[in-house]
Parts: sequence; structure tokens; C-alpha cells
Amino acid sequence: MSSVLGIIASSMKGVSGAYESIATVTASGGQTSLTFSSIPSTYKHLEIRGIARDTLTIDGGVGVKIQFNGDTGSNYVRHNLRGDGGNAVAGANTGFDNIAFVGGSIGDSSTSNAFGASIISIVDYASTSKNKTVRGFSGSEANTSSANFYVVLNSGLWLNTAAITSITLIAGQASYAAGSTFALYGIKG
Amino acid sequence: MPTTYEPIATQTLGSAALSITLSSIPSTYTDVKLVFTGTTSSAEYLGMQFNSDTGANYANRSLYGNGSSAGSFQALNTNYIYLSGIPSTSTTIPFLLEIDLLSYAGSKFKTALIRLSLDKNGSGGVERLVGLWSSTSAINSIKLLIGSNGSATFSTGSTATLYGIKNA
Repeated sequence: MSSVLGIIASSMKGVSGAYESIATVTASGGQTSLTFSSIPSTYKHLEIRGIARDTLTIDGGVGVKIQFNGDTGSNYVRHNLRGDGGNAVAGANTGFDNIAFVGGSIGDSSTSNAFGASIISIVDYASTSKNKTVRGFSGSEANTSSANFYVVLNSGLWLNTAAITSITLIAGQASYAAGSTFALYGIKG
Repeated sequence: MPTTYEPIATQTLGSAALSITLSSIPSTYTDVKLVFTGTTSSAEYLGMQFNSDTGANYANRSLYGNGSSAGSFQALNTNYIYLSGIPSTSTTIPFLLEIDLLSYAGSKFKTALIRLSLDKNGSGGVERLVGLWSSTSAINSIKLLIGSNGSATFSTGSTATLYGIKNA
């Protein structure tokens, strides 16, 4: 009995400070990328939450692309499973220079004031012995019958064992519209 | 650094109800997350409205798997955001809904990311949805409703908890 109570008490103590805000980046308009730098290694996992709109004049969902530690090489792998309102579609790439979170942003010809949204989890980001796995849930909806908007499950891999110390979020097509914003959170282990 | 993830309110049904509303939501967070688990009086699909807006100001698209196939649907100019499209709810087996409302207090249209886990021991499925409320108003109340049947109810013991997430 007492050991069970101990576990509960320990869990509750951990929860109270287990999820913390690290930093927020917000576009004033026209930025091709937004960067979180000097990320401390004191958490177990990271989560990014944000909304985005792209300045490219297309009517449809677009992606948000991610790179780590300034690595622009072909060291990224990615999968996605997306619903466009009519079909479920899967895609994948290897040897890319980023992980794309399809549907996390919206083109500038889309319904005014509509933004894409993303929640991105980066697991064991501070490890120095493992490649880095990323999971994303993103969506873009503009109240239109176009099949160019999506709800998407994303997975990605960065083929590098270095601890992640910076994250660059690249606008999927052109640049970020004003009001696009991403917040970085740390989750303790 | 500030602790930033905290419960705002919990509502547990003491008796069956046609809907569940969480109101007076403060605008002091960046995002809010609603976690709901429960059953319904018959097999139904679910919806969500904000700020008592019953107009055709909502839209959706989904991605689902039902155990044998995957698919997608969309719903435009609807009176609520669909929270479940294909897998209908159970009268006995609880389903889990996780609803993230990003920048819920901002001046843009509101986008919801929705996760539904609904395994019914031989049927049911998993579904992810994106929803849009075409309003620039800050969200100050969330209503969960049963969309397909005016008399169906959420069962006693169904629980909704709203969390606030605040950035730096």
C-alpha cells in the first residue's frame, strides 16, 4: 500500500513542472524561416505548437519544413499519411534536406484569416547516441471543397546523433505571413 | 522557466446530458486542450461549437481507419465541427477525444486538431480531424454535442477536462 502511494506522490510531483515553455518565435511577415536556438539539453523531449500561413499565392495547404542544428544536407527522411477530404494518401521521401510537416500552413490565396496548425514532438532530442525521430500532427482547413487542404500525420528522422541545439522552421513555399507563430516547450523525463 | 500546462476546469456528468459546455474560458493561455472520455446513449457522431455560435460557420476534414480501410471526408459550412465522422460512439465502451485549439484567443480563424480513439472490441476505429471555426473571436466557451440524434445523451460519468498551455 505505502509503495503505491509513493509512486502516486512521485508522479504528481513530476507533473507539476514537467512541461515548460522554452521560447516563442513569431513572424512579422516575410520571414523565410524562424529559428529556435540555444535549446537547453535539460529536457527529455520537445514539443512545438504553432499556426502558420504562407505568402505564396496559392489556394491550399502547404508545409512547414524543419531542420536541426543548421544541417542543410540530405540527412532527413520523412513519411506522411494525409486525408484531403476525399481520400487517404501516403507519401515518403529519403535523402531530403528537411522534414516537411505537410498541411501545417496555408497559402495566401486561401480564405482570409485561416491558418494551418501543427503539433510536433521531438523525442529524446538531447541524446548523443541516437538518430532523432520526430512526430507531427498538422492540419489546414479553409472551408472549401478543394482537395488541396489536409489533415496529416507526419513522421521524420534526422540521421544524426548530435544533440539538437537549434531548430529552424522554414516556410513551406515562400515566406511566413504575419501572425505565424510557433512555441517550443520542454518535457522533462 | 514558467510551468505552463495546467488544468482549467473539469466537468463530470452526474446525470445524462444532451451536451457538455465549458464556459468562461480565460484568454490568458496560448492554446487550450480538451480531453474527453465517455459513452453515449446510442451509437452517434459528435460535434463541437464555440461561443454559442450555431451558424454554418464550421468546416472539417478527417483521416480515419476502421480496421479494414483508411479514408477521408470533409464537411463544409456546417453548424459544428465534427469530432467523429466514421467511427460512431459506443453505449458501453468509452471513447477518448483530445482536442487542441491553437491560438484560441487570437484574432485569426480558429483551427482545431482533433484525435479520436474509439476501439469497440471488434469494431470502431481511429480518426484524426482538422476543424475550422470561421470567426476571429476569442473562444470563451466550448460545447460538446451529439450531432446525429436530438435525443441522444452523453452518459453519466462522462468527463471533460480543459487544460491551458501558455508560451514564454
